Amino acid sequence: MRRVALLALLAHWRRRPGQLATLLIGIALATALWSAVQAINVEARASYDRAATVLGPDRYETLSDPSGAIALETFIALRRGGWLVSPVLQGRFVSGDIPVQIVGLEMLTAPSGAVPITPASEGEINPLEMISSPGLGFAAPETIALLESSDNLPPLQPNEFVPPSQIVMDIGIAERLLDRQGQMSFLMVLPEQPLKQTALSEISPDLVLNSAEQQADLARLTNSFHLNLTAFGMLSFVVGLFIVHGAIGLAFEQRRGTFRTLRALGLPARDLMLILVIELLVLAMLAGAIGIAIGYAIAGALLPDVAATLDGLYGAQVPGILSFSPAWALAALAFAIFGALVAAGQGLWRVQSMPLLASAQSRAWATVSAVSLRRQAMVGAILIVAGIASIWLFDGLLAGFALLAGLLLGSALLLPAALATVLSIGASTSRNAEGQWFWADTRQQLPGLSLALMALLLALAANIGVSTMVGSFRLTFTGWLDQRLASELYVTVTNAAESDRFETWLNGRVDAVLPIISVDSEIEGITGEIYGVVDHETYRENWPILVSRQGVWDDLATGNSALINEQLAYREDLSVGDPVSLGPGWTLPVAGIYSDYGNPTGQVMVSLELLESRYPDRPRLSFGLRTDEPEALAATLRDEFGPDALRIVDQATIKNFSLRVFERTFTVTTALNVLTLSVAAFAMLTALLTLANLRLPQLAPVWALGMTRKRLMQLELLRSLALAALTFIFAVPVGLALAWSLLAVVNVEAFGWRLPMHVFPTQWLVLLLLALAAALIAAALPARRLARTGPASFLKVFAVER
Amino acid sequence: MLVEAIDIHKSYRAGDGQLSVLNGVSLELGEGETLALTGESGSGKSTLLHLLAALDTPDEGSIILDDKPLIGLDDVRRAEIRRQTIGLVFQQFNLIPALDVDANIAFQAKLAGRHDTTWQKELVGRLGLTELLSRYPEQLSGGQQQRVAIGRALAVRPRVLMVDEPTGNLDEASADAVMGLLLDLVSETNAGLLMVTHSTLLAGRLSRCQHLSGGRLE
Amino acid sequence: MNANVLSGLVMLLACSATVHAQGFAGLGTEAEGFTVPTPDRKFEFPQDHGAHPTYRIEWWYLTSNLKGDDGRNYGIQWTLFRSALAPTEQDGWQNPQLWMGHAGLTTPDKHFHAERLARGGIGQAGVSIEPFTAFIDDWSLKSLSPADDAFDNLSVTATGSDFSYRLSLKATGPLVLQGDQGYSVKSSAGQASYYYSQPFLEVSGTLKLPDGEVSVSGQGWLDREWSSQPLSETQTGWDWVSLHFDSGEKLMGFRLRDRQADPFTSATWIGSDGTPFPLSDGKLILTPLAQSKVEGRSVPTSWRVEVPEKSIDVQIAAVNPQSWMSVSFPYWEGPVSIKGSHSGVGYLEMTGYRPE
Repeated sequence: MRRVALLALLAHWRRRPGQLATLLIGIALATALWSAVQAINVEARASYDRAATVLGPDRYETLSDPSGAIALETFIALRRGGWLVSPVLQGRFVSGDIPVQIVGLEMLTAPSGAVPITPASEGEINPLEMISSPGLGFAAPETIALLESSDNLPPLQPNEFVPPSQIVMDIGIAERLLDRQGQMSFLMVLPEQPLKQTALSEISPDLVLNSAEQQADLARLTNSFHLNLTAFGMLSFVVGLFIVHGAIGLAFEQRRGTFRTLRALGLPARDLMLILVIELLVLAMLAGAIGIAIGYAIAGALLPDVAATLDGLYGAQVPGILSFSPAWALAALAFAIFGALVAAGQGLWRVQSMPLLASAQSRAWATVSAVSLRRQAMVGAILIVAGIASIWLFDGLLAGFALLAGLLLGSALLLPAALATVLSIGASTSRNAEGQWFWADTRQQLPGLSLALMALLLALAANIGVSTMVGSFRLTFTGWLDQRLASELYVTVTNAAESDRFETWLNGRVDAVLPIISVDSEIEGITGEIYGVVDHETYRENWPILVSRQGVWDDLATGNSALINEQLAYREDLSVGDPVSLGPGWTLPVAGIYSDYGNPTGQVMVSLELLESRYPDRPRLSFGLRTDEPEALAATLRDEFGPDALRIVDQATIKNFSLRVFERTFTVTTALNVLTLSVAAFAMLTALLTLANLRLPQLAPVWALGMTRKRLMQLELLRSLALAALTFIFAVPVGLALAWSLLAVVNVEAFGWRLPMHVFPTQWLVLLLLALAAALIAAALPARRLARTGPASFLKVFAVER
Repeated sequence: MLVEAIDIHKSYRAGDGQLSVLNGVSLELGEGETLALTGESGSGKSTLLHLLAALDTPDEGSIILDDKPLIGLDDVRRAEIRRQTIGLVFQQFNLIPALDVDANIAFQAKLAGRHDTTWQKELVGRLGLTELLSRYPEQLSGGQQQRVAIGRALAVRPRVLMVDEPTGNLDEASADAVMGLLLDLVSETNAGLLMVTHSTLLAGRLSRCQHLSGGRLE
Repeated sequence: MNANVLSGLVMLLACSATVHAQGFAGLGTEAEGFTVPTPDRKFEFPQDHGAHPTYRIEWWYLTSNLKGDDGRNYGIQWTLFRSALAPTEQDGWQNPQLWMGHAGLTTPDKHFHAERLARGGIGQAGVSIEPFTAFIDDWSLKSLSPADDAFDNLSVTATGSDFSYRLSLKATGPLVLQGDQGYSVKSSAGQASYYYSQPFLEVSGTLKLPDGEVSVSGQGWLDREWSSQPLSETQTGWDWVSLHFDSGEKLMGFRLRDRQADPFTSATWIGSDGTPFPLSDGKLILTPLAQSKVEGRSVPTSWRVEVPEKSIDVQIAAVNPQSWMSVSFPYWEGPVSIKGSHSGVGYLEMTGYRPE
């Protein structure tokens, strides 16, 4: 019996392969979007974890020499004095015309975390080959691809733990390559040291012990970014559920007759349910597998941009290559099944409770009464209010995202009621029969379409919100870059001994020398940076001050006050005039607050003289140079001081770099936006397809009473367009509210800065066209089918028995 | 002549072969004339009605409606004839679910561009629908729906009124009352009436009666 | 006897953490390019106290059974291993000689250990002959006497993150050549090493423990061994003992376990005057008596040691069964006490016991 029943139910799919495809694509798309986002998150998190275990040399305490180099003899003296240190030799090397960083390590003494060798690569490495000429280099696969044609490097082995543009090799090979025999850039100090050792001052008094490079907690820093992605993932989840719900609703609806017959023939309701659930599980798994493949492809395509974003914003290294993780695939499959079951819940319940002798005639599977429409709208309104209230109820990002969730879900729930109201007004103002029927009929379709329209609203609002945020960010950011990067050249002296000569040499050769010194200090109890700057027009004219008191620069020059960045101001709730603690026993009043996008830490600016008087040993190592001929000056500087003594960056390069980072930052968001929109369009398509078959009894009398099929088709298309346009209109305020929450709440919490909001109506126009196009595409298929419906199909409606 | 059908043939595809429904049917209907079409279940009564109402096309033969031949007309012209010339009352009434009673009755008249509020008001009054104007089809009983369907068909002042099994869904008493009203209204508008029915009692109230059997009229 | 650990250095460079199927820690590999030990080689001192870079592996291996002024038994180990990637010497980073130091300190209830690694050619580790000094980082085994009698008077020191020791060693007997005049066979297939010992060391000094310092004194045993391929391919590990009997006699013995055959044994009975009496395969019988659970492995920490030819039938038991050297290539090494036909103290070393 069950077998026969199953076969009878499955026969449906053979007769309607298109519908099977819709269902599969629906589940597959939903799974794909959600799992793509998950894959990216998982991959990024996994690389943080890897980064935490394989830390690289700069994550240890180090010993360095002010001269920039440590001799082999010093290293030996330290080892023999009981110091467990391991040498690192770093340098720039140009292979072909591609610059790479050579990192020479001594693999025997290096802490295991600094060595980028994986157990997997072990078998292929011959240690003798590694230490004797020509040696062996380890580099990221992308670096190797880039360096393919270069012959002045040792043979390279791909290694995913090595950051891009870096080659790790034995120090003995590195010193020859860099022509720095017997030298070391610095020594890593191993975390565990022996019970006793010779005092450092006794071995080499010049050496400076540096604490480990301040490792900002990557997980904390990147949380906001992943929260963003996760939010998008959830959005896709919801949108995907709508699709699956539509597709399954359609499948159930069309087989009502079969269900009834099977029941009448003696199949217990429980068995029917069981068969349906099994069918659903099989389909969900099949579609889920397809979705995983698509999701993997999407994630693979997006990951390089995510990697660039994380690197640019937070300095977090994530390889641009996706690795396949079974856990992720399983989660995605579970999602597909869970989503399918949730989406089918209503249908299954209907089957369960369907009276045996119910009419086989199809009824709209999602008829919603006016009462429930009002109830739904009420819940929506409550959600919005709750979202807004959460700003005061919760702290931090949670509040931001609660606000976003409340806004989005609330507006989605409000949408059907709002649309119904507009359509009623349309119906009551229209005088002719066609118009009246059009509006009234559109309103009648709402229950069946509302899920798809809600999905569309979410997609559109998210789109408007995010593009507004990105646009505002871009506009503000470029303006800020222009202000902040006022000097034409930025020079860092890598050899402190050269600092004085450098400054003297510059005398008269540039328009202005703006030395900058910085120290790490406990600012309001948390480690941050204090910058000392000279009093100069460049700052007075260009510095991106947000708020300040009168005569802020004069004030700063006298050493009686400090400027703080916006992040610090938000974090410590400081405003102009408040005292800020800059370390033990040092407090200055805040004279102004400046914007400092992209910097995760608190920053303070004081006068150079003041900072130097407090830190007399601090050499001047960084300089901003004002000049009309930056390129010529840079070249002269390199000639005069040698290529390694100075690090010279010109303003144009920094700007380009920053903008590039910025653009890539939001590539992912944009891509996800477009994807979500397409999914919403697909949701509309399935909803319209579902409705198309139910529509026949509604359309047949209209046709019989004298309307052509062509006109009916046109009206169907128009209906879809009208609904999309109306949804878009509702989406604009929701999207703007979303943008505001992102800029003024989420950003402040996540990054510590607030951005002014700009609106871009031309973008909305594009989006409107996109939405209309989506609606048109979604409606095209059912409409075309309608136009082709023969009179016989209409006539069946009028026949006694259907 | 209001309706003139000559040698109509119609068959449907059924399984592997053709099911011949009409095998050379001819009929005529003049102004003010009322004609009952009777026949067994499946004899092709409804098919004939649908062909005459320009809802479907015959395989062979010609139909002339109000002096206009239907054969060879495109979709647009046939739709025009449907809304301008014919009033249809379906067996299942087939009201437009999205519209209320008032809009349902006015629908075809408005579509045909000759909505007459006075006439509609009179119709509504006589059909006893005044209280129901703002209701929707799903809120009406079967009898009420039928009266709305009749109102909708007559509101356009059609040349021909075509009615399919009007009593199938009604008890005898209400059927009788509604039919009386229908015949009165038809005679007042001088329209022709073509009614498909299996009730000989009802057929007897019409001026002529023809029986369909074996795909031919007797 | 710690060739395994030494050879492990090679693997360590490749970050291998797996024990290879072919011999313990990849030791059973061909000695290509390296000098292979042959019988009838005449030892020359002080040169042979120094390194032999054309051989693949070599060690300077000191163990000592000590008694503290607190009345407790202690044991220390100090080892410098040399492992060559190629049979050459040169200055600088490209030197293929690698060095590894192991230091162990065993108390009845604790076992401390430390490991140091170094590349040759840069002065971080090595062995000099005049004066004799073996060192790695701040650890050293130094001679205080003329080069010709370098092992007569030594001092040794090592430091870990939680212990350190400094001891003086005085020889009270001659150097002893193991096997056939120092040619020590390791398998029936003929694998062999050069092996000599100074088992007559009087030891005194100070141990530094987390609880404080302890003055100690006792006996020591210094082994020197070098080779290029001491294991046959099917040998998986060994059990080695060095025993100081209270009678003044000594016994060195080992058993090489074989995957496909009976264990290969070899031993040297040493008279109290230093006269060696080599005991060929089968003359030493080592029987495990009790197993201890150590680091997830089952390790026999108590043995019956029999040499019928010399009327030796003793039971040895670990002072601390948990004397596990958890270093790059882990093994068991610790002091034992002796009961039975003879009494005394000694050291036990066991390698190649795999986690269960």
